[in-house]
Amino acid sequence: MGIPLALDWIASGTPVLPAAPTEEAADLWPLLFVFLLSTFIGLGVIARVSRLLHTPLMSLTNAISAIAVVGSILVAGGDFPVAIRVLGAIALFASTTNIVSGFLITDRMLKMFKERPGEKPPGEKAAGGKR
Amino acid sequence: MHAAREAAYLAATALFIFSLYWMNAPKTARRGVFAGAGAMLLAIAATWGQPSVIHHAWIVIPILVGVAVGVPLSRVPLTAVPQRTALSHAFGGLAAGLVGTAKFYLWSNSEPELLTPLRMTAIVAEVILGFLTVTGSLMAAAKLQEIRWIPQRPVTYPLQNVTNIGLFALAVALGILLIVAPGGTSAPIAFPAIVGLALVFGVLLILPIGGADMPTVISMLNSYAGLSAVAMGFVLDNKLLITAGALDGSSGLILSIIMCRAMNRSFANVLFGAFGKVQAAKGEAESRAYKSETIEGAAQVLEQANFVVVIPGYGMAVAQAQHRVRELADELKRRGITVKFAIHPVAGRMPGHMNVLLAEAEIPYDDLVEMDDINPDMPQCDVALVIGANDVVNPAARFDKGTPIYGMPIIDADKARAVFAIKRSKNPGFAGIDNELYFADRTFMLFGDAKAVVGDLVKQLSKGGAGH
Repeated sequence: MGIPLALDWIASGTPVLPAAPTEEAADLWPLLFVFLLSTFIGLGVIARVSRLLHTPLMSLTNAISAIAVVGSILVAGGDFPVAIRVLGAIALFASTTNIVSGFLITDRMLKMFKERPGEKPPGEKAAGGKR
Repeated sequence: MHAAREAAYLAATALFIFSLYWMNAPKTARRGVFAGAGAMLLAIAATWGQPSVIHHAWIVIPILVGVAVGVPLSRVPLTAVPQRTALSHAFGGLAAGLVGTAKFYLWSNSEPELLTPLRMTAIVAEVILGFLTVTGSLMAAAKLQEIRWIPQRPVTYPLQNVTNIGLFALAVALGILLIVAPGGTSAPIAFPAIVGLALVFGVLLILPIGGADMPTVISMLNSYAGLSAVAMGFVLDNKLLITAGALDGSSGLILSIIMCRAMNRSFANVLFGAFGKVQAAKGEAESRAYKSETIEGAAQVLEQANFVVVIPGYGMAVAQAQHRVRELADELKRRGITVKFAIHPVAGRMPGHMNVLLAEAEIPYDDLVEMDDINPDMPQCDVALVIGANDVVNPAARFDKGTPIYGMPIIDADKARAVFAIKRSKNPGFAGIDNELYFADRTFMLFGDAKAVVGDLVKQLSKGGAGH
């Protein structure tokens, strides 16, 4: 996505940019750097995630991508026409739902992952003996 | 104020990265959740505290409603986690699409000079990605939930790919039109048209995709949801949105690649291949004989084994047999038998799904072994117990070029000294393909509901166990 964006910007050419082209150009590059670097960090970190945990991983990243909450708050709570704020409020609702359900379900799943109960063989035997 | 916000965003970024980093092992993973939740609260607080945010009721109410919906959504049964995940991709796409839409109308009405080609590009990307993720994910969720009027099998029609690509190209073309002339006379029509096309495209994209490809599709939609958040970051000039969105996007990308490899398919093949539609073409439908085995006989063989590998599939979860399977494993372990669970990457309906289902049944995660790690040990395995798995143990994937699963890596159940396969009926599996394993010399079928069959095995073993 970053590359097409940059290409479009290059293709559109600096003269077409209406207001303060230099400022606009200065804005884009840091953002692209941030995008590129965080994608690489993401790839590096995610590649190390245990395959055991790929389902919780997806619900966790789901919750993290609900960072759209930031944009939603700015639109819903800003000094804008009501119609605009309604869009922001719906977006805020959707993001909050993802944050709440995403983190809660991730934690719920992770709590289930247990190591082999090495320290309680007596209890296990007792449970088996009842049969 | 500006510095405080930026500092909070910076801290949130670091915490998000740690959050994912801690997911590398089950021991530290819960710490990752707390780090992520902390980062999110920090980001919300820093944003809410901005002077431009003045309508607080407009924030409190959506948050309360979101919490009210989110809490029940986090308590769904684990078999429904794929649907919930797809649904939350839809919500993520919706948030991005709506914020993009709001920003477009806001700027085009009040400050059209702010709609620079750059911003407009970001808005178009955000809106297309966001809205196609909404309908695509809803379709995926509906297919996973098996809602009646949504077809489970791939739906195909002539010129399908041409239509889909055409629609997408049209949306992009209208986007370029807006980028060149955001205030032009066509803009009031072009923008809603882009939204509409993205929504339709999302539906058409998922329509030809069958159930077997759902793990890949969910991962892909995960990536799209992340990228739409990145696009929002470009629209709002917000680096936190870009970093967090990029983390989600790269996670979805890696998971999609893993899923594709696990099925020996390419992205293009998943999207445009309409997997599982041509099985009827296989002519050799001669009825071959299964060998079946009784519960008593199977229990006896299991008892004499040293090394048992259980190969679970989604069918096990459908039958709710996980807890019985754990009891069976406990019975065998009590006899000093080594029991391992062989997990295929696409076992279940989303990446890692089978691990979660087994963890819920309190099967320790040290006993869950990945396909690549268990396969070298399969020749030493005395009994491979296949429960509700089908395509992932089908040896036809190795040699039969005519089958759609050709080339897919499988768990080598057929190399075990004996195979017991529990199967509800004699129908082919999810991908609709006959399983060569069931006709192999050393394979014995146990027909019946997985929960009942495994339960009977447990009973049989515990009866015999009393004598030991």
